[in-house]
Amino acid sequence: MKNAVKYMGERYVGCGAREGEIIIEGVPGNDLGAYLDGAHITVYGNAQDATGNTMNDGTITIYGNTGDTVGYSMRGGAIYVRGNAGYRAGIHMKASIDKVPTLVIGGHCGSFLGEYQAGGNIIVLGLDSEGIPVGDFCGTGQHGGKIFLRTEKLPDDLPAQVIARQASEEDLSGIMPFIDTFCEKFGVEKDKVISKNFFVLVPNSKNPYKQLYCYN
Amino acid sequence: MLKEGSNGFRNPSGCAISGIFSKSGRRIPGDKIIKSIRIMHERSNGLGGGFAAYGIYPEFKDQFAFHIFYDHVKAKEECEAYLRNNFLIAFQSEIPTRKHPNICEAPLIWRYFAQPIEARLIEREIDEREFVSRVVTHVNTYIAGAYIFSSGKDVGVFKAVGYPEDVGEFYRLEEYSGYSWTAHGRYPTNTPGWWGGAHPFALLDYTVVHNGEISSYDANRRFIEMFGYKCSLLTDTEVITYIIDYLVRRQGLTMEETASVIAAPFWSVIARKSEEERRQLTFLRNMFAGLLITGPFSIILGFSGGIMALNDRLKLRSMVAGEKGDMAYVASEESAIRIIEPDLDRVWAPSGGEPVIFTLNGGEHKCR
Repeated sequence: MKNAVKYMGERYVGCGAREGEIIIEGVPGNDLGAYLDGAHITVYGNAQDATGNTMNDGTITIYGNTGDTVGYSMRGGAIYVRGNAGYRAGIHMKASIDKVPTLVIGGHCGSFLGEYQAGGNIIVLGLDSEGIPVGDFCGTGQHGGKIFLRTEKLPDDLPAQVIARQASEEDLSGIMPFIDTFCEKFGVEKDKVISKNFFVLVPNSKNPYKQLYCYN
Repeated sequence: MLKEGSNGFRNPSGCAISGIFSKSGRRIPGDKIIKSIRIMHERSNGLGGGFAAYGIYPEFKDQFAFHIFYDHVKAKEECEAYLRNNFLIAFQSEIPTRKHPNICEAPLIWRYFAQPIEARLIEREIDEREFVSRVVTHVNTYIAGAYIFSSGKDVGVFKAVGYPEDVGEFYRLEEYSGYSWTAHGRYPTNTPGWWGGAHPFALLDYTVVHNGEISSYDANRRFIEMFGYKCSLLTDTEVITYIIDYLVRRQGLTMEETASVIAAPFWSVIARKSEEERRQLTFLRNMFAGLLITGPFSIILGFSGGIMALNDRLKLRSMVAGEKGDMAYVASEESAIRIIEPDLDRVWAPSGGEPVIFTLNGGEHKCR
C-alpha cells in the first residue's frame, strides 16, 4: 500500500492525533488510535486490544480483525472493522450533544458487546457467518445508545433492562451513512447487507438500573 | 531468598505469555520463543521472566530432571543429602549460564537427572510420580534456601528475575531444542519479584505460565492444601499448578474437564446447555467447587506431549492462537506470533473458558 508503515506490536500508534492519515501494514499494538482526535488510521491487517480507546474524533479502518475492547470508552468518530472483534466491543461507549460515536463490525464479536454502553451506535453485521453474530451477555449494563444486530434470531440471554425490537425505518436511516461507508471501504454489496433483518437494542427506560443494587 | 507477600508490598499489573508447539514433535531451538516474548517487553517490568521446554533432554528422558535454586552452599549440601537418600542420581551439574548485564544476584542453580530408589517406592506403596511430587513439596517446605523449580522428565524450567528475553540469554536457551516451549514475562501485582516467584511454576511435567490475578486464591489454597500440597510461595500461580496436578494426575480428569472446573461456565450459561452437558458441567462445578478460579487470567499449561491455553470465563485477559502447518502458537498478543511466523494458516481469539489444546500427532489429551 502507498505510504504504508510496517508495524509489529508497537502500542499507542496515532495516540491523540488530530489530523492526517496513518496507513499501517502488519499488526499494530494495543491502544491503536487511543484518544484519536480527528486523524484517520487504516490497518491492512489485524489490530490488537483496545483499538480506539477513548477516541474523540476521526476514523479507524481495519481490514482484518481486532482484539478485545475495541471502541473502549469511545466518545466520537467512527471505527470500521471488516472482520471480527473480540470481547467487550464498545464497552462504556458514550455520546453528548454533538458527539455520537459509531462502531461497525463486519463479522461477529465476542461476549459482553456494548457492556455499560451509555451512547453512540454499535453495529454488528455478521457478514461471514450464519447464526447470532454476538456472544453471551450482550448489552449487559447498557443504559444509553443503540446496538444494531443484523440477524434473524436474537441472543436468548439479553438482560431484562434492555429492549430488543425490529429496527424501524427511522433507526436504520440513522445508521445508513455508516453502512454506506462500510460497503464502500471494503467493497461489500450494500443490497446484501440490508437485505437481512436488523434488530436494535436499547435500554428500557431512562434509569433501568435504579433499584439493581439498592433502593434509591 | 525473599518469599512473596512477606512484606505486604504491592505493584501494578501486566504480564506476557507465549507458547510454541510442534505437533509433529520437531525440535525448535530456544531463540525462537525468546524472539516471541521479547516483542511484548512492555507487558513486563523486569521483575521476572522464565521458560519451560519439553523434549530438551533426550539423553536423560527416563530420568526426572530437577532444577534447583540454592541460596547458599549449606542448602545445597542438605538438599543433596536428602536427594541421595531417595534417588539414584545419573548426572548432576551447574546449569550453564552466561554473564548478563541485566541479570544479577543469581542463586546457585543446579540440575540433577535422577531416578527414585525402588525401595523407597515399595516402602511407601506409591508410584514414582507421587513420590517425586512429595519430594518437591518436602524440599520446598522444609529445606530452607533450597527450591526445586522443575521436576519433570524430559522437561526443564528456566527462570530468573529480569526481563524474559534477558533471562533466555542468561540461560543460553539457544543451545536447547524442544518440541514445546512456553514463556512468561512478569509484572508482579501483589508481591515483589524474586527468583522462585518467576514463572513457569512446575510440578512433575506440568508447567504453568499465567497472566492475571486470582481473586479465589485463598479458597483454592485451602482446598488444595487438604490433599498434601503446600502453597509455600504465597503467589497465586503456584496454586494453579497444584490444581492441575490434583485434577489431572490424581483425579484422572481430561484437560477439557479440568478447564470446566477451573474456568467453569456461569450457572446461567449452563442452564442453556443440552441436558447431557448440563449434567456434566453441574457435576464438575459441584464436585470441585473449591477449585473454581475467579478473577482475570490467561494461562498456558505445558505437559508431556501437549499444551493447553485457557482464559478465565469472562476473558479478562487477552489471548490469541495461531496455526501454520504442524506448528501451533498461543500468545497474549498477535504480534508475538506474527514476529516468528508472519504467514499463518489460521489465527483466532479463543473464547473465555474455552480450552485450546494441542497435542503431539496421535497423542491423547489426557496426559498420563
